[in-house]
This record gives sequence, structure tokens and C-alpha cells, in this order.
Amino acid sequence: MDLKSVDLIVDKYQEKRTALISILHDVQDRYKYLPDTALKMVASRLHMDINEIYGVATFYKSFSLVPQGKHSITLCLGTACHVRGGPKILRELKGLLYVEPGQTTADRQFSLNVVNCLGVCAIGPVMMVDRKFYGEMNPIKAKRIIEKIDKNNKNNKNKKRNGVKS
Amino acid sequence: MRRIKSISDLEKWKENILSKQKRHEIIVSVCGGTGCQAYGCQKVKGAFQKELTQRGMRERVALKVTGCPGFCEKGPLVTIYPQNIFYQKVKPEDVPEIISETIENGRKVEHLLFEDPNANRKITSANDIPFYRSQMRLLLSRNDLIDPTHIEDYVADGGYQSLAKALFQMKPTEIIEEIKTSGLRGRGGAGYPTGKKWEECKKEPKETKYVICNCDEGDPGAFMDRALMEGNPHSVLEGMLIGAYAIGANKGFIYVRHEYPLAHKNAEIAIQQARKAGLLGKNILGSGFDFDVEIAKGGGAFVCGESTALIASIEGRVGEPRSKQIRTVKHGLWGKPTNLNNVETWANVPLIIEKGSKWFSSIGTERSKGTKIFSLVGKVKNTGLVEVPMGITLKEIIFDIGGGQQDGKRIKAVQTGGPSGGCIPASLFNLPVDFDSLTQAGSMMGSGGMIVMDEGTCMVDVAKYFVHFLQEESCGKCLPCREGLKRMGEILDRITEGKGNEEDLSLLEELAEVVADTSLCGLGKTAPNPVLSALRYFRPEFEAHIHQKRCPAAVCTPLIQYSISESDCTGCGACAKICPTQAIKGEKKQSHLILAEICSKCGSCIDVCKANAVMVQ
Repeated sequence: MDLKSVDLIVDKYQEKRTALISILHDVQDRYKYLPDTALKMVASRLHMDINEIYGVATFYKSFSLVPQGKHSITLCLGTACHVRGGPKILRELKGLLYVEPGQTTADRQFSLNVVNCLGVCAIGPVMMVDRKFYGEMNPIKAKRIIEKIDKNNKNNKNKKRNGVKS
Repeated sequence: MRRIKSISDLEKWKENILSKQKRHEIIVSVCGGTGCQAYGCQKVKGAFQKELTQRGMRERVALKVTGCPGFCEKGPLVTIYPQNIFYQKVKPEDVPEIISETIENGRKVEHLLFEDPNANRKITSANDIPFYRSQMRLLLSRNDLIDPTHIEDYVADGGYQSLAKALFQMKPTEIIEEIKTSGLRGRGGAGYPTGKKWEECKKEPKETKYVICNCDEGDPGAFMDRALMEGNPHSVLEGMLIGAYAIGANKGFIYVRHEYPLAHKNAEIAIQQARKAGLLGKNILGSGFDFDVEIAKGGGAFVCGESTALIASIEGRVGEPRSKQIRTVKHGLWGKPTNLNNVETWANVPLIIEKGSKWFSSIGTERSKGTKIFSLVGKVKNTGLVEVPMGITLKEIIFDIGGGQQDGKRIKAVQTGGPSGGCIPASLFNLPVDFDSLTQAGSMMGSGGMIVMDEGTCMVDVAKYFVHFLQEESCGKCLPCREGLKRMGEILDRITEGKGNEEDLSLLEELAEVVADTSLCGLGKTAPNPVLSALRYFRPEFEAHIHQKRCPAAVCTPLIQYSISESDCTGCGACAKICPTQAIKGEKKQSHLILAEICSKCGSCIDVCKANAVMVQ
């Protein structure tokens, strides 16, 4: 793995320990997750114990220690989305992708995540697919969105999805 | 952009911008908030851009992408000034018509106007729409006309004039006195008097002090701070500048949660532009006062909305709260005196300095002054952001502004205060909304989330939702919160699965008391509120789950069963087509049947059945 980017990111924050969370955000933006080797490098550059870095990386929900799928599906389960039927959409997505929230499909196409509020409550239930927001969702619309992405994915045609990769 | 070195520079800059803006006869403002983005406002903006350029109208017509005007339900929203014509649910294909009708000929496009459902008439101006009519939009109204990525828009609207006034006409103690007499209280939920907090921080003898803006709006169902930070970040910066000057701080932080990418982006742009203009940095406006702001990004932890946890997070540590015996105004960020306020609190500061504490304190109730922004969401007709004077009743907000029930189901409660608050039953909707009244009713005003619930909402399920939410978000530092909430969640799980028993409710109450009494921070102390308030006002619903193994709202899936009424089913087949698990069988034009063992209880069939033949038991 090319770790030059990690160096540049740590340089950008002048090796400040207090910038740890920002550094981890930047590393995750670059690699789409927090690779083990990158974390070790951050630890050595900041002269910090790797355990401390893991502590922070696992405490905050926005960090992932495992590679994410090609498409990220984030379902909001805030109160407004909850009372408008968010859980039904989650059931549908779980059934469709055979994964639990926080997991990635075995074919590495989709990562399913739930969050506590995306702040777009007025048009809930809300789902975010690859940083695009979809409002007033229901199980059927969710299914159509997934199917559409699957269809566009020619390599993946006719392939049945099964198993999980956490 | 020029560098502003004095008040007269600022004046000249403002004049300059205003004279340039005069060239535009017409302004098209498209809402660019996250809500409207979900509805495709970017494409609407693109269509305007293309059409206006093609028709050679860019000189005459200004196109602005503004912050959120609040009526998210009807997005994408477009307003045409100066006629003040409010168009809703605008699609890219409507754009040529808007241009040729409204912009070129001054005529309205009827089908894009808002229709008053009660009077059956079209409404032209936003101010006449019932949703806006009862509001008092002191903060949000500026979102309508300001492009948050252009500091010029804010300056033209009188921006940074309060800062100039504070720096040159007021002493720091006078500013604090002004904020104190205004009666402004913290909008994050706790309602601590802002001026008092500033005074305590100012008193601290240390040289280095910090101010922090809390934009970690974690309460689910609340998005006021996002709208302000996205739509008018300079008002927050100006508030922070005034506060920092009064307190004696030279460095500030804005802590933005990572779920708000647009708020982060707009705040970053605002800081850069303010720096370039000399409104942040050294010797601001030639006053000798130095101040700069940095953004810290959250990591998706609800507990980081708590001040001490937030500070730990800025310091790059795990966001665990600490005991507040020594307050953050004495010992905050890196051990230095730190004044932390919420986005909405900061945004109110320039207004108070501009118009005076007397004006501000004339709005609201005796102990809660000014306006408050609420996010009115859930099972209500008009959802969005509403800004109202404190003391207005819940009824006025939910029925007059919100338009009442959504789809024929009676409204039974409203949840306020997020996971720290509770559910207030419809019988108490005459309560005034302020810091104190809702607390007496077992909830709290909180940061401003208002989630309306109707007969289709199960209160046991809502209580369970909040307990699981908080259990997941508990940092794990104290045992009562970490373990107590887990056990409360297990009991509620049991009840919603139909396995609850007689003692469960008293055990729940006992546990709730222990968690509230023995937790360290606000998260744990207030965590039992949603359960206790639900038990206080909706006990029969809990009892129905326990004794009759029935969920009156038909939400708790283990307790419900879907079936199709043979006599009502027309055999249209819509349900069978939509069913994601293919659990509905039946010949065309024959009565259909739901196979209970495959049914995922998603409810899609109910939504599509035109004959109302699908029943839930």
C-alpha cells in the first residue's frame, strides 16, 4: 500500500496530536477506510501509542477499520425517520443485501450503514446513497434504487448476492 | 475582494456591493439546502443557468443559491424577487416557463404556486402561506436572500455592522451587560443565560481563552443548526467575533458533525472569505483585536454534543465527558477558560447588538426571550423549520403552522428535546413553548426538535427506540448509563415482542430512577426521560402490549398480522406486484391472500391498496 498520502496528511496538520481526528478523517477520505498500516504510520509520526489511536478510531462511528464496498448506503434512523417507517426500509435492505448494518456485501458492492440523524428530517425517511440524498423513502423505492445500481453494474449481472463480509 | 481595515472601508464595501447589485432587475433565488438538494435543486439551478445564459439575461437577472428557507416539504423552492413570487416543487422542466412567463412578462405560473388546502386558493407570496404567516423569522429570514458562499451578500444585508459597533462603540463589559439584559439563553437545550456564561469566562485571569461554536447537532429530528450554518455562516462568525472580543479570546473553534458535509463546506468558505476580507485575523477593522477560527470535524458520536466531551474531541481524544464541578469557563479546551455556545445562540448575538437588548427582551416570555427555531417533523402536514417567538403554544405550532394531521390519523403526541426530552400528549398542546413549561410536563424544549406522532406511532416503540439510541451512544464511562440503559432496552424489547409481564413496568421505573440519579453527564441523567414520559402519559399502551399482547398502533411486528379482507379485495393485484417477499397470492380479479410465514410485515400492501382491503391486527 502506498503510504505517501499518510505522510502528506500528517505534514498538513504539522504532526499535531490534537489534530488526530482530522488526520483520521483525511486518511479515511483517501483510502475509504482506515488501513492498519496507515494507523501504525500515524502512530509513529505522532509519537503516540497505537492503542490510543485504535481507541479513537473505534470510539467514533464515522471511522471504519475494514474496507468499504463500492457503493455506500446510509439509512437514517433518526426519530423523524423512525416514526415515518425507517425500520421497514432497514428490514428491506437487510433482506436484499444479506448484510447487517456496518457490514459490506461479499461481492464488495454495497456497504450498509445506519446513522442516527442526517438532519434532513423534514423529508424523511431519508437514505443516502453514495453521498446523494433520497427523501420520502419506502421499502419499494429503496429496492428500486439498489436494483438500478446493480443493473448498471455490468460485471455483476445475474450474480446472486449471498454471504457477508464484516 | 479587498481587505477591510476600518469601519469606513466596511461602509464603502457595502455601498459598492449594493450599487453592483442594483444592476440586477430580478433575483431568482433557489434553495440549496440539503433538503432541497435531495429533491434535485442542483438540476433546477443548472437549468436556470443554462436558460438565462442562452437568452442573454445574465446581466439583468441574478441567480442565487441560498440557504434553507425552512419549508423543506415543498422543495425545491424558488423565489423570484422583487415580486416575491414563491414557487414550490419546481422541476428543471418548469424553468423555461418561469423565465418566459414570470421573468420576461411578469405573469405568475399558477401550477407552481402553493395552494392553501383549506381555502382552495393559490398563494403568491411566501408571507401569506399559513406555514410562514405565524412565524417570526428573525434569523431564518436572512437565509432567503443570502448566498452563503458570497460574503458580499451578507455584508450587503448589513452584515458585520454589529461587529463594528461592538468593537468601536462598546466596551467588552458593556457588550456582556447588553447580552445579559437581553435575556438570551443557550439554544442548545440547557438554557443557561448566555451573558452570565460570558461574564464568568471573562473574569478568569488566564491570558489564553477560547470560544467554541457547537454545531454537533446530534438530537435526531433536529436540523436548525445545520440550516443556519449552511445558510448563513457569517452570522455565526460575527456572533463568535463579538463574543470573543467581549470575553478576551483570540481563537475560536466550530465543531461540526461529520454528517453535515454542506455545513462544513459553507463554514470553511465563510472563514476563508472573512480572513481574506480582514474580518478574521490580526487587527480586525483596525481595532487592534485579533481573532481567528478553525473548524473541527466530529466523528459521529452523539455524546460529543456535551460540552466536556466536545472539548475532548477537539483535543483529539475519545469523546468522554468529565465531571463539571470545575466548569469549562474555568478549565476548558487545553485547560484554558473556554466559552461554548450553540450555533443558534451565536447567530442571535449580532441581532441583539444591532437592535438592542430592550428590543430582544420584548419578544418571548418572562424567562425565555427572543425567538426559537424548531424543526417540525414527523406525522404533520407541513414539515420544515419554523421560527417562532418563545411562549407560543404547541397547538399553534403543530396545527396553525404545521397544518395538523398528515393522512387522516389523529395526532396524539409531540416529542420534544430529543433523547433527553419526552413525549407531550395532545391534551397538553396548550402549553407554551419555553425553557420552563415543557420541563414541568416531563419533557424539555431542548435544542428544538419537534417530532409529531399520530395514532400510527407506537409509544412503546418510541420509548424503546430512544433507549436503544442512548445505549448505543453512551460513551460507557459510567456504569448506570452503560448497563442500566442496556437492561431497560431488554425489558422494552420483551414488551414489544409480547413477552412482557406485570413487574416490567415497575422495574423500568426503578431502573430509570437509578440511571437518572447516578450518571455523570447530561446524556445519562436525562436518558430515562423518554421512557418516563411515555409511561406517564401513555401507560395504557404499555399495558395493552403486556396484558393483551396487542400493539394498538400496529407497529410492533411480532404482535401484528397482515391479512386481506375477502369482501373488500377487488383482485387488482397491486399488492402482489409490490410485495417485496412475494407473500401475496391470488388470481387476477379474485380475492388475494397473504402468506403469514413469508410476510415481512413491511406494510407496502397497505400503501398501494385502493380498496382498503388490507387489515392489520
